[in-house]
This record gives sequence, C-alpha cells and structure tokens, in this order.
Amino acid sequence: MTCTCGQNQALYAQLDEVINAHKDQPGSLISVLHKAQGIFGYLPEEVQAYVAEKMDIPLSEIYGVVTFYALFSMNKKGKYTFNVCLGTACYVKGSGKLMEKLQEELGIGVGETTEDGLFTIEGCRCVGACGLAPVMTINDKVHGHLTVDDIPKLVNEYRELAKAEEN
Amino acid sequence: MNRVENFEALKALQVQESEKLNVREGLAPTQANLARHHVLICAGTGCTSSLSGEVKKELEAKLVEMNLDGEIDVVQTGCFGFCNLGPIMVVYPEGTFYTKVKPEDVAEIAESHLKGGQVVERLLYTIPGTETKAQDMSHIPFFQKQQRIALRNCGKIDPERIEEAIAHNAYQGLGKALTEMQPKDVIQTLLDSGLRGRGGAGFPTGKKWMFAAGYDADEKYVVCNADEGDPGAFMDRSVLEGDPHSVIEAMALGGYAINAHQGYVYIRAEYPIAVHRLQIAIDQAREAGLLGKNILGTGFDFDIDIRLGAGAFVCGEETALLTSVEGRRGEPRPRPPFPAEKGLWDKPSFVNNVETLANIPAIMTKGADWYTSIGTEDSRGTKVFAMAGKVNNIGLVEVPMGTTLRELIYDIGGGIPGGKAFKAAQTGGPSGGCLPASALDTPIDFGSLIKAGSMMGSGGLIVMDETDCMVDIAKFFLEFTQDESCGKCPPCRIGTKRMLEILTKITEGEGTEADIEHLETLAQTISASALCALGQTAPNPVLATLKFFKDEYEAHIKEKKCPAGVCKNLLQYTIDPEKCKGCTLCARNCPADAITGTVKQPHTIDPAKCIKCGTCIEKCKFGAISRQ
Repeated sequence: MTCTCGQNQALYAQLDEVINAHKDQPGSLISVLHKAQGIFGYLPEEVQAYVAEKMDIPLSEIYGVVTFYALFSMNKKGKYTFNVCLGTACYVKGSGKLMEKLQEELGIGVGETTEDGLFTIEGCRCVGACGLAPVMTINDKVHGHLTVDDIPKLVNEYRELAKAEEN
Repeated sequence: MNRVENFEALKALQVQESEKLNVREGLAPTQANLARHHVLICAGTGCTSSLSGEVKKELEAKLVEMNLDGEIDVVQTGCFGFCNLGPIMVVYPEGTFYTKVKPEDVAEIAESHLKGGQVVERLLYTIPGTETKAQDMSHIPFFQKQQRIALRNCGKIDPERIEEAIAHNAYQGLGKALTEMQPKDVIQTLLDSGLRGRGGAGFPTGKKWMFAAGYDADEKYVVCNADEGDPGAFMDRSVLEGDPHSVIEAMALGGYAINAHQGYVYIRAEYPIAVHRLQIAIDQAREAGLLGKNILGTGFDFDIDIRLGAGAFVCGEETALLTSVEGRRGEPRPRPPFPAEKGLWDKPSFVNNVETLANIPAIMTKGADWYTSIGTEDSRGTKVFAMAGKVNNIGLVEVPMGTTLRELIYDIGGGIPGGKAFKAAQTGGPSGGCLPASALDTPIDFGSLIKAGSMMGSGGLIVMDETDCMVDIAKFFLEFTQDESCGKCPPCRIGTKRMLEILTKITEGEGTEADIEHLETLAQTISASALCALGQTAPNPVLATLKFFKDEYEAHIKEKKCPAGVCKNLLQYTIDPEKCKGCTLCARNCPADAITGTVKQPHTIDPAKCIKCGTCIEKCKFGAISRQ
C-alpha cells in the first residue's frame, strides 16, 4: 500500500524520525504507535499501513495491537476530550450521573464526537485523583469535586474558549 | 552529578547530602545549606490537580520579590497521602502542616510565617471533634497509626533530585549487596524477610527471585509491573512520583541476585507525571554510575528502560504484561512455564510490582529481622492502602499488616461522612470482594482477608455507605471485567457477559429466583476454567456480595425494590399530599411533564410518565417528595 501523505508530509517526516529512533529496540511497536498518535491525533488506516511498511511488521499485527489497547483510537477526536473517570471511587461518588448528564448536554454517546468537531466523550478507569472524586479530565486538565450542575457550565466554558481561540 | 566511584564514596556522599537537609529534621541549618526554612509542596497527581504547581510558582515569585529567595528553599515533593486536603504545604524546621493552600494564600504565608515567624492558623488542619489546630503532622490522627516503609521518602524529598534520595539512604542497600553479599545472600535475606508480592496474589518475593536465579541463560530480565489497573488504587503511582530511586535500586538488586543486566518498567500511559519523574531518575542514576556499566566500580552492569502501557487492564497479569512489553497484544498465556523459566522473550525473568520493590532497599539495609518484627506471622511488613469512597479522609495510608479495617476506616479515615451508616468495604478491586460491618475487626493481612471472603489485591479500599446498592456495585465490577476481558478464553469472554446480563436484569426489576443460582453456577465455572487471574477472579465481587448481602438481591428479585434507592427502574417517586404546598416548582422542572396539579393544591406524579431522574426531589423545598 502506498501512503497518501501529500499534505501531511511534515507529519510523516516526524513519524520517520520516531521510527528511526526506535529501529534497534526490540518490541518498540507500542512506543512508536503512542508517538504516532501524538503526531496525528489518531491512528487512521493510512498511518498504520505506513508504520507497517517502515517497520516491516504485518499490517494485520499492527491493526491487532491498535484495536486491543483502549488508548489507541482510529477515529479523529474533538478539540476537547471530556474523559469522565469511571473508577470505583468516582463511581460511588456519582460519576455515572455526570456521564449521563454530559451525554444529554452534548447529544452524543461515549466514544463519539460532536458534529462541530469540538467535543468527544470518553470514560476512563481511574486517573488516580480519588481524593477529588468524582473527577473528569478535559484534555490534560483534571476537574475534581464535580456535580451534575457543573457539566453545562464546563461545556459552555470550553465552547467560549474555542470561540476565543478562533478569533 | 559526578560519578560515584565506589560504595565508600556513596556513604560519604550520603553524609554530605543529608547535612543539607538538616532543617527538614527540625535542626538548625548547616554550612552546606544555609536556608533557614524548607517549604515542601506536594507535587503528586492529586495535589497537582488542585493547582499545587501554581502555588509553588507563586511562592517562588513572592520570595524573589521579598528578597528572601536565598534564605528559603522551596521544594516539590511526592505525595503526603492526605489527598483530599490538597494542595499540601509543609514548612520546616517547625513542620507546620498547611492544607488546601491556594495561590492566593501564598502572600500571607510568606509575609506572616516565612518573614514574621507567625503561623497562619486558618490554614492548619482542625482535629475532628475539637477546635484544636494541629501544629504539625504528628498531631493529626490520619498520620498517627501509620508506619511508612514503602512510602518512606514520599513527601520528604524532591523526587527529581537524586542528591536528596541519596541523603535518605538511596542505593545504600545496593552498595552493601554488591560489596559485601553474594547473590544468594541477597535472595536469602529476601526469603527470610517474608516479603510477599503487593500486586495482588501475595506470592513470596524471595521465591520468585530464587526460581529465576535457578535457570541458566545468556540473558535474563527484571521487570517492574507499574501497570496499576485496579481502579481506586494509586500507591504505585505515588511511589514512582515521590521516590522513583527506591524502585530503580530494587530492580538493580534483583538483577544482581538473578544475574540479569537489563530491566524494564512497564507503566501506564495514564500516569504522565510518574513516567516523567521515573525517566529523570533513571537518567540521573546513570550519570551517577548507579545504573549502567560498572556500578559503584564493582564490575556489575545493569540498566533500565521504560515501556508504556496503552490502556488494557489485563496487562497487569504478568504473562500478558510480558507480551505487551514485547510490543504485542497483551494477551495472557498459560502457566507453566512460569516467567522464572520462560519470561520476557522466553528468557528467565521475574515480575514484581512497584510497592513490593520499594520495600526491598529498606530490607537490604536494615535486615530481615527488622522487617519480620513488623506485621503478622502470615504477612510481614506494612501495606499501603488507597482509601477512597464514602470516608472522611481520602488518601494513601501505610500501616503494619494486622491493622484492623475499623482502625483504618475510623481512626485513620475519620469515619463515614454525613453521619451515614457504614455498609461495606471493598478491597481487591475487580478481583476482590466487599466486606460487611461484621468484618470490621478483621486484622488485615493476606490470609485473614481471604478467610473473611475478600482479598488484599493491590490495596484499593473503597468505603461504601447505606446509599450504595450492593447489586449495583457487583454489576459495576462485572461491567469492568467484561469490558477489560481480552477475549482469548471463552469462560471469561462469554461467562462474564452472561453474568452481567443477569445482574442487569436484576437491577431492572426483571430478575427471577433462579437467577441467583445461575449466577453461582456461572461464577464457579468461570473461576475454575478461565485462563488467567483476570477471569478466574472476575466472579469474586458477585460471590462476595451474594454471601454478605443476599437480602439485597432478594429485595430486587422478589419485592422489586432497591433498598439503597439506587436502581432507577425499581424506584417509585411519590408526593406526600400533607407536605406539598402546591408551589408548582417540581412540575415546572419535570423534564417529562409527569407532575400535575394546580397552584396551592397537592401535586401528583404519573408513574407511567416518570423517568425517575430525581429532579423533583432536588427542587422541592418542603421535603414532600420521596423515593422508594
């Protein structure tokens, strides 16, 4: 398979660097995929095919790894990923209700992205900030001690933030 | 940092570096470091989430502005353990323990305390049930019953400076082993200490090392399991964030004991701060000649690489973990052969978890006799618990084995918030069980917990109160294991799905009396036939709740009621006509238009339209609406 890198040349150049740096390390596929996802934001089939060719690993094996691990995604994510912690500590403090409210507020399900490309909803297993339960991360930021009423506020806040960044 | 040439130089360095930290021991500053105050700010994940980084920046800027930056050291540390009071700041030499410090409090601390010598009373911890403010950690009940071995340096040192770790005896155990002990002596010390694996199963660590040492091979590997997947457990993360050198040192000791020269730390990608600090620690240890070629001039070579996980719970199982380190799908494989014979890349290896490893340097320096004096006959030493859920003091605690659940939850944890009744303590995560109030006086060690109907697991301890439904909790864990099942073996892949379907049916009010029997049969079959520990232990949360809370299952099935008021489908919302004032607030807020009535007249709820969202209860100012 040939790559369709056209407009993405710079990104593929970065990926080349990553692959070269890991060339001599045995078992480095997962590390390479982490970095590839960091570069492209997700792991579409083209990227997997490119890694397969460069690392001389069958595409089927790469697809197997990508689909096995929860942190790898084949779908493009929104600008902001709302990740509700569904660990036990957060669950007993009501994170299930936060998740329901968030889906209602954004009108999408878990793992889906809003049409405007702004928001993705995810659930995760414990970010280890149990002292702040229930928590949700928005991209890398942890928001703790949340209530259902905080959800619309946060959604609005990030909507405004996105608007401000556009202008 | 310069290379440490030999063990003697390391000992001298320890003395020299520890003098720089005198102030943290409550002593006067020395020539080596003239700072009169050391301000320690927690930079663990919990406190970082509540903006401790901003607090530190603000303080540093303020000290520069006040021209005090030369007299006061500001230090980032690992976790103090008292996570729900974060960000935490401790000022030495007094040991003043400030809680919930916000960036806007910094100016007052700097002016009043650091310049004027007046403690800022309002930021001190108030001892529950009193008006007394705790002046330092020794007066806080949360810390009083704790004994810290694995967490010995967390909250005491800057984890990004190897000098501070060395001041606190890092690498002394390795130096002693390399210069004074044979590999077999190292293993014997570990066997004598009785240390058991802290990751879940409690297998004797010394035996793991002994078996791996017993196989001859051109290559062997030491692997650290830092894939802390049990939701609610975060002690391994705290060790790596607060004292990464303890893990590096223990892995090097393991390498010496089994004749391995390469180690891998397999760590969750969800722990970015831990990964970052571990990498810094590895780099600094290499530079100091404590990792790499010819460690401490003894001719012993050992190095460590980090491998990131990618979000798969099953990778906490050792054979799955090894496959994942090799860069493949993390599926488990049958044992035997055990990793000691065929581990990473089919070479003899052992896998130890972070907390287990963190104990080992202390055992090497202080000896097996010291370690066996702590804990119980069955389980030596201490155990770290991550206490969370419905308990006042949420955080990380390390106590001697044999401490009772009651001491943990009430003396250290401060009891249940809101005056509610204790219902259950969940230990062992998705592989464990829930213990009822009658088990509160169980001493916690590996054997007693199993006897009581649960297991130690990795040390997550989630406290539940009367408002938690045990059937719902069992369903929650089954959802987890079913979702995380790797799919390789049918008992786990299909069996957990069937169990989850039955539990869902019960929580929706569709359960029948035969369901309990079906659950038990499925549970026994899965336990007996699944390939790895994930599947074999997946039914435990169901079995444990069935054992202790069967009445709740029966209420769901026979009476179609959820006693805790959690399972939505089983709830009925009713308005008490005596209490209802007819204010219409509930009707106006009901998203389903299920409430009708005229102004100033009692309202009613139409059960056919009601979606049981609970909005009306939240809105009603007269307490007229009940949920049963």
